[in-house]
Amino acid sequence: MLDSIKDFASWFFVTGDPLIYGADVSIVLATIAIFAVLTYFKKWGWLWRNWLTTVDHKKIGIMYILAALLMLFRGGVDAIMMRTQIALPGIKFLEPEHYNQVFTTHGTIMILFMAMPLMFGLFNIIIPLQIGARDVAYPFLNSVSFWLFFVGAMLFNLSFVIGGSPDAGWTSYPPLSELMHNPGVGENFYIWGIQISGIGSLATGINFIVTLIKMRAPGMTLMKMPMFSWSVFATCIIIILAFPILTVTLALLFLDRFAGGHFFTLDMGGNPMMYINLFWMWGHPEVYIVVLPAFGIYSEVVATFSRKSIFGYKSMVFAMLVISIVSFFTWLHHFFTMGSGADINAFFAITTMIIAIPTGVKIFNWLFTMYRGRIRFELPMMWTIAFIPCFVVGGMTGVMLAVAPADFQFHNSYFLIAHFHQVLIGGVVFGYFAGLYYWWPKMFGFKLNHKLGVWAFWFWNIGFYVCFMPQYSLGLMGMTRRISEYTWDTGWAPLNFISTIGALMMGIGFLFQVAQILYSTFKHKKVGNDPWDGRTLEWTTASPAPEYNFAITPHVHAVDDWWATKERRAKGIADDPLPPIEPIHMPKNSIIPPIMGLAWFVAGFGFVFDWWWFYIPGMLGVAICMIARSFSYDTDYYIPVDEVKRTEEAIRGSV
Amino acid sequence: MAQTVAHKGNHAADHDHGHHDPNDLKVVGFWFFLISDVILFSVLFSTFIVLRNNTAGGPDGKELFELPGVIWETFILLTSSFTSGLATLAMNRGKKSQLIGWLVVTAILGAAFVGLEVNEFVKMVNEGAGFSRSAFLSSFFTLVGTHGLHVSVGLCWMIGLMIQLGRRGITETTKGKVTLISLYWHFLDVIWIFLLTIVYLMGVM
Ligand code: HEM
Ligand SMILES: [Cu+2]
Repeated sequence: MLDSIKDFASWFFVTGDPLIYGADVSIVLATIAIFAVLTYFKKWGWLWRNWLTTVDHKKIGIMYILAALLMLFRGGVDAIMMRTQIALPGIKFLEPEHYNQVFTTHGTIMILFMAMPLMFGLFNIIIPLQIGARDVAYPFLNSVSFWLFFVGAMLFNLSFVIGGSPDAGWTSYPPLSELMHNPGVGENFYIWGIQISGIGSLATGINFIVTLIKMRAPGMTLMKMPMFSWSVFATCIIIILAFPILTVTLALLFLDRFAGGHFFTLDMGGNPMMYINLFWMWGHPEVYIVVLPAFGIYSEVVATFSRKSIFGYKSMVFAMLVISIVSFFTWLHHFFTMGSGADINAFFAITTMIIAIPTGVKIFNWLFTMYRGRIRFELPMMWTIAFIPCFVVGGMTGVMLAVAPADFQFHNSYFLIAHFHQVLIGGVVFGYFAGLYYWWPKMFGFKLNHKLGVWAFWFWNIGFYVCFMPQYSLGLMGMTRRISEYTWDTGWAPLNFISTIGALMMGIGFLFQVAQILYSTFKHKKVGNDPWDGRTLEWTTASPAPEYNFAITPHVHAVDDWWATKERRAKGIADDPLPPIEPIHMPKNSIIPPIMGLAWFVAGFGFVFDWWWFYIPGMLGVAICMIARSFSYDTDYYIPVDEVKRTEEAIRGSV
Repeated sequence: MAQTVAHKGNHAADHDHGHHDPNDLKVVGFWFFLISDVILFSVLFSTFIVLRNNTAGGPDGKELFELPGVIWETFILLTSSFTSGLATLAMNRGKKSQLIGWLVVTAILGAAFVGLEVNEFVKMVNEGAGFSRSAFLSSFFTLVGTHGLHVSVGLCWMIGLMIQLGRRGITETTKGKVTLISLYWHFLDVIWIFLLTIVYLMGVM
């Protein structure tokens, strides 16, 4: 009896590695600390009422961002562990199997559990404010989406200490990811972590496109929408068309592993190459999903800090919509070497190069916006300016990779690694940082400390080039990705060593940002509605905005409507008279989304271990939550006029 | 919006500018959901088309499919689509018991469809043509089964809706719900036509 329990425990818990025991201990300690603090300060009720059950888009956005920063930390630690292992030949830090797990979790976490939620966080906080709406189209669904993301991410991270991490790469190609070659539960964690959060992402895509179509303030025609809103619009189109592909692909892989299917197996007629096609039919659009909102942020920041309206508004919109469509016709460039034949390779090489054109248009538009502008070098603008050269180089190496015959040399080498990190960090991460700095005052009512931010900026930027430029050369010298060992006679050691130094510098940059957030939280000056002298509607309401966003729904007359208002005021023209305040219709908090998230977690955990006594109750829980929601009719309320007036006065009094 | 009498009276201030017609919002969102569901089915269709000749020495569609049963399924599902249309008509005329009646008919037809499909599956499995027999069969069961699962979910939803209609009558909210489910039901019908053509008719050809 005791022996069988021991056997189970040593299979269930990941054992044997001191790094992991360390992690076990710190997880347990952190959990105890959180519970203790919440209990000591009697904050459980507050947490439950104000955060966990909230349907307020601004709070949901903050929860997304917190989780994403945590995941950035985890993904970053993974990155530094890998760079330590390959800094020099013969370092015995990570076993090869462990290295496989680390690059898999690093890639998956960075894209699906860091970039996506950071993006959704910014959507949530800004979109309703920017279009003059009181909330998103479906606040309840929005909360469900958050919880699906959150439990998906937790399930995935659990694999680190329970059951074992996935190790077939963030792409999880079969046959390696099939049961025959990967009998452990790691791949199941990969499948269900992504599957659950992916359903949430699809729902978010639908939620925000409907919000943008239906909830804009009166007068805001589509062509008066701010650029960030347009970028979210284009992104949502891609999400709605791409995420179902991922859902099916993962479901089929799971059926292979769980129910003995033969979609991607080597025997019984399965076709592993089909997985690779399907994965990238989602995967390529996915990179545009994460980068388009960053483009939107750059557009907002450039306009604000150059004090000019964006150059070429229409061409910007057109470029993003073209990208959202063309991004579905380039997927094969991820496997030119698979042998699809010259004609097909040529087709996808050309589509890939075509998509560079609208992107180039956008770069020129940003440059022209800055031209003759009165530029202020605040943190958001610094990240935006740093983005442009970085993305141009990343884009050009991308076009090099798109040359199909040449790709036979570049494919899966460090040249590729350097390329995609350059666009993902230089494009996506820099963009979201710019967005965080830019909208932080809107979220919390204070700016982040400038000085610490400048330190972080330089560490990140110098670190970036030190880390990734050598990797282009390493790729050309023949170093392939996903290797944990090499020998001195390859000649790769010096460049790898430099690269690792760069990675550490970025790590220090991140620590500066943590310090910056902590410092600014305790020491700051409150700011007013419009700390950056902004141009769009989010800067007309309080920082942080009250739960109903706008006491009176704004009427929009122009692109950059708030800027136009300020100009009118400067000329001494009075604002239109305001209509009287009316009762405001708001959605009620709901306990269903967190419970439904928990039910999904239970179900996912059951599927991972093939324990029906987990997944059947879990799925039943999900169904019951949906029924409970369908039968609840008392889901909204009105804020009475005098309460709105009181809130507005309190806000005005405090600034 | 002004006719929202029965909706718990919390539409007292309906002239509010920031307030959007909730049913209209839901219908738009539901269309986007259906678009994503179209993509979901297209992927399943493409995997089926890629794998349908990979029978690994096992039975193929010609040997397995029995058209009479499939024709019955088609007939039943199309009829249920028609009766769900009648339900919507009854709703628009404000006839609650007719509405529920037609929904009951629709649900019974839907259940019959699912029953026939399950019967077909069981037969195939008993003949040794199960899910794991070949790539063709894996993709067949997954594609057709996903449609069947959609119909079953629709059934549960319909039952829940009938209870709500019974309790609350035809209100703005329940009207919105009936509109959505009838959209969903017609959508499943269209998918079935593609299934019939691509899986069954082209399979026995
Ligand atoms: C913070 C600096 C970062 C460093 C130092 C870093 C480093 C690395 C390293 C060493 C690898 C493994 C290369 C290999 O052995 O094949 C890797 C892979 C990868 N990284 Fe990063 N990374 C960073 C940030 C990011 C970010 C921000 C993203 C995405 C938003 C990202 C996405 C990926 C992906 C998708 C892979 C491929 C994983 C796989 O092979 O399955 N990385 N990174
Ligand atoms: Cu691509």
